[in-house]
Amino acid sequence: MNASTQSHAFDLSSSTVRELNSALHALKEGSNASLWRVTNPRGLHAIAAGVDAPVTVEVDGPVGYYCGGMNKHATIHIRGSAGVGVAQNMMSGFVHIEGDASQAAGATAHGGTLLIEGNAAARCGISMKGVDIIVKGSIGHMSAFMAQAGTLTVFGDAGEALGDSIYEARLYVRGSVKSLGSDCVEKEMRDEHKAQLFERFKTAGVDGQIDPGEFKRYGSARNLYHFHVDNAGAY
Amino acid sequence: MCGIVGLFLKDKSLEPKLGEMLSEMLDVMCGRGPDSAGFAVYGAGEKGKVKLTLRAVEGYDFKALEKVVGNGASIVERSTHAVLTVDAAKEAEARAALATVEGVSVVGAGERMELYKEVGLPIDVARRFKLEQMSGTHGIGHTRMATESAVTTNGAHPFSTGTDQCLVHNGSLSNHRGLRRVLERQGFKAETDNDSEIAAAYISQRMKDGRSLGEALEDSLDDLDGFYTFVVGTETGFGVLRDPIACKPAVMAETDQYVAFGSEYRALAGLPGIETAKVWEPEPAKVYFWDRKAA
Repeated sequence: MNASTQSHAFDLSSSTVRELNSALHALKEGSNASLWRVTNPRGLHAIAAGVDAPVTVEVDGPVGYYCGGMNKHATIHIRGSAGVGVAQNMMSGFVHIEGDASQAAGATAHGGTLLIEGNAAARCGISMKGVDIIVKGSIGHMSAFMAQAGTLTVFGDAGEALGDSIYEARLYVRGSVKSLGSDCVEKEMRDEHKAQLFERFKTAGVDGQIDPGEFKRYGSARNLYHFHVDNAGAY
Repeated sequence: MCGIVGLFLKDKSLEPKLGEMLSEMLDVMCGRGPDSAGFAVYGAGEKGKVKLTLRAVEGYDFKALEKVVGNGASIVERSTHAVLTVDAAKEAEARAALATVEGVSVVGAGERMELYKEVGLPIDVARRFKLEQMSGTHGIGHTRMATESAVTTNGAHPFSTGTDQCLVHNGSLSNHRGLRRVLERQGFKAETDNDSEIAAAYISQRMKDGRSLGEALEDSLDDLDGFYTFVVGTETGFGVLRDPIACKPAVMAETDQYVAFGSEYRALAGLPGIETAKVWEPEPAKVYFWDRKAA
């Protein structure tokens, strides 16, 4: 933070989420970098959703649904757990959760980075379109369902049907995978993938502590891409 | 949508505040279910006595029922509901006497359980029954946004289908019609067309067959089809179950003082010591169960 950083305090026990978000939405891309400290979030929904400016938002406690949803440019730090759909449809920026995330974390997100220190529940990264998701704990079932692009890096285990109907996203899992979804297969871990993983480790602050070789890579078998001639008899 | 809450106290000193805490949790969940609401509280009980929760229309003179039932029955009125306490040995007699009275129905029975539900905004429902003044060891509550049946008091939760047993449900079951026929053959008489009543009856039947609450919830995974998050209460126990695909939301918190359940974290945000509580999302198809006897 440089000396010109403006700091704003927002107490959600005396102000509304709508007031907070209106103030954040009024910031434009060129506005001075500023720091927003949000207190008493108490699991409220849509905190700092739709921010479109390079600001930092620090939320001091657990948040409800869709925190940081549609985020563009902003860095959002949550000192607690996050409810359903955190960073949903994020375009760019950085969302960091100190606790766990509920279902559909980073769903449909096009870009940016979502870092979850704890576990993520079911459907993490569902239909992800370019986001980099890093989960230091484990993820629930149906994660990366129809994932199109981006990376999902999991330090723990993955639940049932990982990567069902996946397109071109890369899934890196260090622990066990309960089952792979339709058309999702384990793939060779080449040097380019290890290099990519190392970049994720840097983001997570664990570079040099973990060997990328402990991870397995999963991706699309590309069998669902085209009509299979063997099925012609069905029509 | 619907919202559900539950609170199971481990610390006796919190018991006088059970109703107040539960009431606040229900209030926060108004947004998830503004149609109607209900709750069951496990309060004081007396060995050898049974408490029957009665329901009638607004302004009904419940006190007059003390004479109708006789046998030393006593009544405490709360708006459209009343709790009648009578010797457990005289329960059948009391029920027979109440059956002759038009417009009064028995909605719950148990040594300790009292059950209240009404149509209206959940916080108004909680206030009309003075939930905030109730004490107890555990309780569950529900705010309803109806999907499967009409917005009526009968369709509100909790459902009680056994002594000191009750259930709240968020979701919708797809095989409740078939299950209803099976249960009816075993002697169950449904009060409503509601799918959640069938879930409650199913669990009661399993427990009647000798299964524990935890085991009955395990059985539900095989026999119930559809979406559900259940919170269930018995005289000494408190259980939670989500369907295998975890369609409906759930958050739990545990401290040395309590175990709490909420459809969303918001419902738990006002609880004492929540800042340092263990907070987690219950896993799909995993039975969570606490029992005061085991504690």
